[in-house]
Amino acid sequence: MEYESVIGLEIHVELDTESKMFCSCSTRFGEAPNTQTCPVCLGMPGSLPVPNKKAVEYVIRTGLAIFCDISLFSQFHRKNYFYPDMPKNYQISQYDIPLCIDGHVDLEMEDYATTIGVTRIHLEEDTGKLLHIGGAGRIAGADYSQVDFNRAGVPLMEIVSEPDIRTPEEAKTYAQKIRAILVSLGVSDCNMDQGSMRVDANISLRPVGREEFGVKAELKNLNSFRSLQRGLAYEIERQTKALQSGEAIVQETRHWDETKNTTSTLRTKEYAHDYRYFPDPDLVPMEFDPEWIEGLRAELPELPDERRERYMKDFGLPAHDANLLVETKATGDFFEAAVALYSGDAKIMSNWILGDLTYYLNAENVEIDAGEVKPAHLVEMVDLIDDGTISGKIAKEIISEMFKTGKMPKAIVEEKGMTQISGQDEIAKIVDDVIAQNPDAVQEFHDGKERAFGFLVGQAMRLTKGRGNPQLINKLLKEKL
Amino acid sequence: MAISEKDVKHVAWLARLALSDTEVERFAKQLDVILEHAGKIAELDTKDVQPTAHAIPLKNVLREDKVGRCLAPEVALANAPHQEDQAFVVPRIV
Amino acid sequence: MKLFELTIHELHEKLVSKEISAKELAESVFSRIDDVEERVKSYITVTRDEAFAKADEIDKKIASGERIGPLAGIPTAIKDVMNTEGIRTTCGSKILDNYIPVYTSTAVKNLLEEGIVMTGKTNMDEFAMGSSTENSGFFVTRNPWDLERVPGGSSGGSASVVAADEAIFSLGSDTGGSIRQPAALCGIVGMKPTYGLVSRFGLIAFASSLDQIGPFTKDVTDCAIVLNHLIGHDINDSTSVKIDKPDYTKALVNDLNGITIGVPKELMAEGIDPKIKAVIENALKLLEDNGAVVAETSLPNIEHSLSAYYIIAPAEASSNLARFDGVRYGYRVPDAEDLIDMYMRTRAEGFGDEVKRRIMLGTYALSAGYYDAYYGQAQKVRTLIMDDFNRAFADYDVLVSPTTPTTAFKIGEKVDDPLAMYLSDICTIPVNLAGLPGISVPCGTVDGLPVGLQVIGKTLGEEMMLRVAYSFEQSFGWSEKPKL
Repeated sequence: MEYESVIGLEIHVELDTESKMFCSCSTRFGEAPNTQTCPVCLGMPGSLPVPNKKAVEYVIRTGLAIFCDISLFSQFHRKNYFYPDMPKNYQISQYDIPLCIDGHVDLEMEDYATTIGVTRIHLEEDTGKLLHIGGAGRIAGADYSQVDFNRAGVPLMEIVSEPDIRTPEEAKTYAQKIRAILVSLGVSDCNMDQGSMRVDANISLRPVGREEFGVKAELKNLNSFRSLQRGLAYEIERQTKALQSGEAIVQETRHWDETKNTTSTLRTKEYAHDYRYFPDPDLVPMEFDPEWIEGLRAELPELPDERRERYMKDFGLPAHDANLLVETKATGDFFEAAVALYSGDAKIMSNWILGDLTYYLNAENVEIDAGEVKPAHLVEMVDLIDDGTISGKIAKEIISEMFKTGKMPKAIVEEKGMTQISGQDEIAKIVDDVIAQNPDAVQEFHDGKERAFGFLVGQAMRLTKGRGNPQLINKLLKEKL
Repeated sequence: MAISEKDVKHVAWLARLALSDTEVERFAKQLDVILEHAGKIAELDTKDVQPTAHAIPLKNVLREDKVGRCLAPEVALANAPHQEDQAFVVPRIV
Repeated sequence: MKLFELTIHELHEKLVSKEISAKELAESVFSRIDDVEERVKSYITVTRDEAFAKADEIDKKIASGERIGPLAGIPTAIKDVMNTEGIRTTCGSKILDNYIPVYTSTAVKNLLEEGIVMTGKTNMDEFAMGSSTENSGFFVTRNPWDLERVPGGSSGGSASVVAADEAIFSLGSDTGGSIRQPAALCGIVGMKPTYGLVSRFGLIAFASSLDQIGPFTKDVTDCAIVLNHLIGHDINDSTSVKIDKPDYTKALVNDLNGITIGVPKELMAEGIDPKIKAVIENALKLLEDNGAVVAETSLPNIEHSLSAYYIIAPAEASSNLARFDGVRYGYRVPDAEDLIDMYMRTRAEGFGDEVKRRIMLGTYALSAGYYDAYYGQAQKVRTLIMDDFNRAFADYDVLVSPTTPTTAFKIGEKVDDPLAMYLSDICTIPVNLAGLPGISVPCGTVDGLPVGLQVIGKTLGEEMMLRVAYSFEQSFGWSEKPKL
């Protein structure tokens, strides 16, 4: 039987506010344990929450950016359950009236487009962090745990998608798109390494053509887009095998193990959850003026979709390039800064960014806005190609060098003597030498073997240490043979 | 019966209260009397009545996003029953 | 008259005129504490050293010619439900036996800034749950009028401390009557302001939508003075109201001409001791004699108050008290096997029976399948009760009733019958549900035990409420004191 996967994502994002959700403690990441706490975020007796206006605004901006309805009336509820990373043993969250509902995100896949519904966006507070001591740092097998409440109370936005996602690729594209939107909005840095963006996935399978959903598994510990995609792929394979062999799927939470490439049941004891949501009596409702919301809408910055359209229209880029360039805000910003400095075709700039530059960034796992190569570097390098000072092949070496040292291309070219040899006489002499030194290849060429010509060009390039003008070498070699 | 001993055990679990069997029995009886009394309001027709969470109808009480002073960690941890490495310590979770 | 017997306004004059020093006043009150505390047992913690240090400070201010406010140098007791930085705060519970707060509640801070001399922290029913102070995790407080009887609760220690002259005034908290009921049973003035008027920041929460801090005083004038300094908008409390601060002492006008007073018949019905009814009827007559128009009115839905209250308050409490888990502060069992074991036994050993009952009651009322029938319905009943009050207040300036259905009962009389205990708050609970201000003033005795008259004001109608209470007090001329 053919199965179709049904995937929904819950994306938690820490909002980029200065202070916490319900108190004025700093939200700075990476500080010493329990240095950013106060009676409120430690849940000390008698302390009371007061919501952060900016966090509310950020959620509404996000809702507007993904076409949600904004609730004109909203309130906070308490979600009651005991856990040591939660100071009050309830989380202030939202329940039946979240700030935003019914939105959607359009995805441009490689060869089709699709739309993923967003059920709701709500605002809540983050929990503290547990450090498990003993048992190799895993909760199971640990001797005891330490609790750091620096993160407790950091504003947390949860974006819940409809189960509209059908493939791991779509899941990854959707999550990346959400990130690009949030970064464009400036509401979060969405740093998955630091946990400011966390993705949980619900996945079930159903026979193709059937309406009702199968039994789902919830996947946790998806700490990168790559693990999101791979974790889901693994889970599809696991569930498919189970269904094909007639096994029942158990509704459970599963842990993705990046090193083992597998998911496994989270070893938590099964207790009945009953969160006993009720409106938080320490907080009062929020009512929004529609005009204020329209004001926020008017102030929205350019979003990835609009940017992509603009790149295609203004720069004549193909959809493929435009899609990739807007995937992160930083990539788009880099491209635009480069194009502004460059007088040639934007497509050439796009090629360099999406090709060689991305290759090095990925290899070294560096973000484009954090690397040594700035737009000015790239533009100067392309200018050197355009005026014939260097070849494309040399340029590739220059990128590598710029990437390591941050030096400007002209400086590298001078330092290493990398300028292109374009002198007719100089090249002619080298071509003569190549013909003289390689009689066998010359013979093969005359026997009609095209490959031999490529070999001879390569020999000429070798003699010029890669600096020979390839067009000129081609031309002279053909003439002389 | 408004509440059974089984219900009492369940809510005691949700509220993380260890109860002995005799306590379960005693609390079940007491809670039943109270719930019998309190449960009478279920009979009232409140179809068109809005719930009241607060007697004083305040709304939109929000604070500006400004950072204030935090507690020194030794103050934050001053009442901790067990601490280590500037962190609160809890027994093994699972 | 001994200094400890005097009121705030009498003592203030003596301090300002340098007839007495703050130190002499503190000495007087602490000598009284030494005399009677062993019998009354009002205090969980006495802060003698801090008090004398503060009295010294005030005396220096007076000596240097600095103007002092009306509360400066006044010995004040604080219910142990309010956080006081550096001073043990137990909330009457073993679970907070060793808890030293790192911050001070806004209400206490407001008074400390006015120069009060804090004498200590008073006994209370654990987490303010109770009507007799018998639920204290530490000991039972006694009624100064009859040491075999309860002082009421939950602010029993704050009531007895003033009735026994162990402090000039005190602060309590009132969720369903916890200030007014003990004030009535101890023969003093006790007042619960409009919800939101006094900051709850630093008040250890019982039921957040009902809790309110208020004063216990020897007369209505003192009540108005304290209120002036207790209230004020607090940015740390989302439910704090923003109003221009009135001078409540200006409302103390002994004149009831043209004032309309409604008497809800449901609060004079069966369940109220006939002897108390008779005392209240005399009080109503006195109000009429002073020019007020007194008439019967009706609050048809308040018969459901107790039910709604015993769902809403425990529901909120079940969540508010979840934080007492042995992780960050307070008691923790020493030998826990794992986290769950630690939670379960810490809370089982740390909380008393009444607290456990209410936590379970509230948990049940919020749990899946019961929310609508219990919590949801109770919130709607609350609307009906508020509507009743609004209708009555369209016709009347204030409402009056007995504060309690009986006088102080015997220690141990109701401890095994929770519902009977709950019924002692039947006249005060509706006022909390509607968020209204209420005050209890002494209006006589039954069999040698004090009776309280409750005056209920409109939302933020403290001034009219105080005027009626003051006028009554002036014409009634109450001067009885317990004999200790």
